[in-house]
Amino acid sequence: METPIFEVDNLRAHYLTRFGQKIQAVDGVSFSLKPGEILGIAGESGCGKTTLVSACMGLYIPPLHLSGGDVRVDGQSILGMDVEVNRRDILGKKISMIPQGALNSLNPTRKVRDLASDMIRSHDDRADKKALYARLRTRFEKLGMPADEVLNAYPVQLPAGMKQRVVIGISTLLDPRVVIADEPTSALDVSTQKAVIKLLFELMDQGIIGSMLFITHELPLLRHVSNDIAVMYAGEFVELGKTEQIIFDPRQPYTKALMGSMLSAEPGHAGQKPVAIEGAPPNLAHPIQGCRFAERCPVAMPECKAKQQQLRLVRARQVRCQYAE
Amino acid sequence: MPSEPKFQAEALSRSYGHGKKRVLAVKNASFTIPSQDIVSIVGQSGCGKTVLAKMLLRLETPSSGSLLFNGKPIASERDPRAHFRSVQAVFQDPFSAFNQFFTIRAQLRSCFKLFLRKPSRDEMEARVDAALLAVNIKPKEIEGKYPFELSGGQMQRMLLARIFILRPEVLIADEPTSMVDACSRANILDYLMKLKKELDMTIVFVTHDIGLACYISNSIFIMHQGEIVEQGPPERVISQPTSHVTRQLLQDIPDLHREWLSRSSS
Repeated sequence: METPIFEVDNLRAHYLTRFGQKIQAVDGVSFSLKPGEILGIAGESGCGKTTLVSACMGLYIPPLHLSGGDVRVDGQSILGMDVEVNRRDILGKKISMIPQGALNSLNPTRKVRDLASDMIRSHDDRADKKALYARLRTRFEKLGMPADEVLNAYPVQLPAGMKQRVVIGISTLLDPRVVIADEPTSALDVSTQKAVIKLLFELMDQGIIGSMLFITHELPLLRHVSNDIAVMYAGEFVELGKTEQIIFDPRQPYTKALMGSMLSAEPGHAGQKPVAIEGAPPNLAHPIQGCRFAERCPVAMPECKAKQQQLRLVRARQVRCQYAE
Repeated sequence: MPSEPKFQAEALSRSYGHGKKRVLAVKNASFTIPSQDIVSIVGQSGCGKTVLAKMLLRLETPSSGSLLFNGKPIASERDPRAHFRSVQAVFQDPFSAFNQFFTIRAQLRSCFKLFLRKPSRDEMEARVDAALLAVNIKPKEIEGKYPFELSGGQMQRMLLARIFILRPEVLIADEPTSMVDACSRANILDYLMKLKKELDMTIVFVTHDIGLACYISNSIFIMHQGEIVEQGPPERVISQPTSHVTRQLLQDIPDLHREWLSRSSS
């Protein structure tokens, strides 16, 4: 059995508001990634996906605080480090991130080549300017982009899909072990989305990146991208298993509801009705007794609201519901 | 009931720039949008669908061709507000559609400025409340709240509440679901259907997701590089696409059961 390169162990993170409220946004998340694996994380907006990303990267910028747990890359814990050290030694080299608003994350006043060299310089300030450019060129060409054209352009001169690919190119320049992609395609149309996913696969197949955490709410996309899927709700994983298991045979009521809200464009499916999940996720500012989904769950029992649910093994995947079977 | 079409376009074009840099954003588009229909405009980003929508809204003037609204040229009235009363829009990003510095309720109330006769204060409040309830939000929930305090799904519903207040004849929905997550998307679509049913509205739905389009609409226009390359009822477009653009769009959707993208190594 291969050793995992990325392990997250019972990670908990909370926000402290200026009124002294504590919001437990990520509550006891555990998973591990082996080389070449892609884990998809699905869930509604506000379920803690993006907080989980910051927490995994060790970026605890107030009001976000760590409440417990551990994150290890290649067996080395990355939590509890000085922010400067973390930025220099871990981020970019070991863990890299493809941000959610990638289209807005490029500085419009600088050329792509300058933005990209910044990435290398901030980790290695002795790099020679010419050698640097050559290095960027080879990398961008390897990823199938017209290197000279792209590197000498300002971000505004590039179309959305290319901008997204540039962001991916820059964030993987230092061959990170783990890449966290936070909704990398949510602002793109379907055709560009396909090109971007292709690029991510290319990066993995060429061995540039080790494994990937892919965060999205588009389940049909996850079906094709990830090996495993974790479904997140109110800061916890509610179901974690193989992609086929989660998509075609969900067991937890929330996962089932998520599958019901999907749309697909196949002949004969026009007029087919996606079912919305009624209500809103719980307010995490107050500790919740019992199951977090109980309020909205179509099959909730009276005792669901009283008893806290633990992840347990059902049909070879982890499920957080005592009635799932 | 065969009623007259809402919009009729003949060889409609819109270009930007001059000389060598001239770009045709919409090329020779001819179509009719029947009353009380839901029509989807589908295409990749940059294909001109938003420009077309803006022309229907009278926010852009066509460079050439004719565009009739209810049988009359769209710019026949000098005051564009007459047109805004009957054609309204829901945009992609609800956060940039609202002013950050005013409460949501105040902004919903300001909708009444568009009317020729402003109703009394009590009636205004009552109608705002009714509109909020129509999109399933308790008026108390947003009392005194500013746009940044709400989630994306809630904000998108606020935009729809505006439509419930204004009651236009035509609603132009420009990618209303691309910024919200999959669960709220079903909700938004439900409200659009409700609008159509309760207010007999004609809806023009602009999207890049052909799956969404065939779920919601009676007829689909496929656009590519400024041209409408295909139009027809959704079932026909999906099962027998005549244009390669449509086929490409259909292929690019990640589907549950179909092979979507093969990886070279594994």
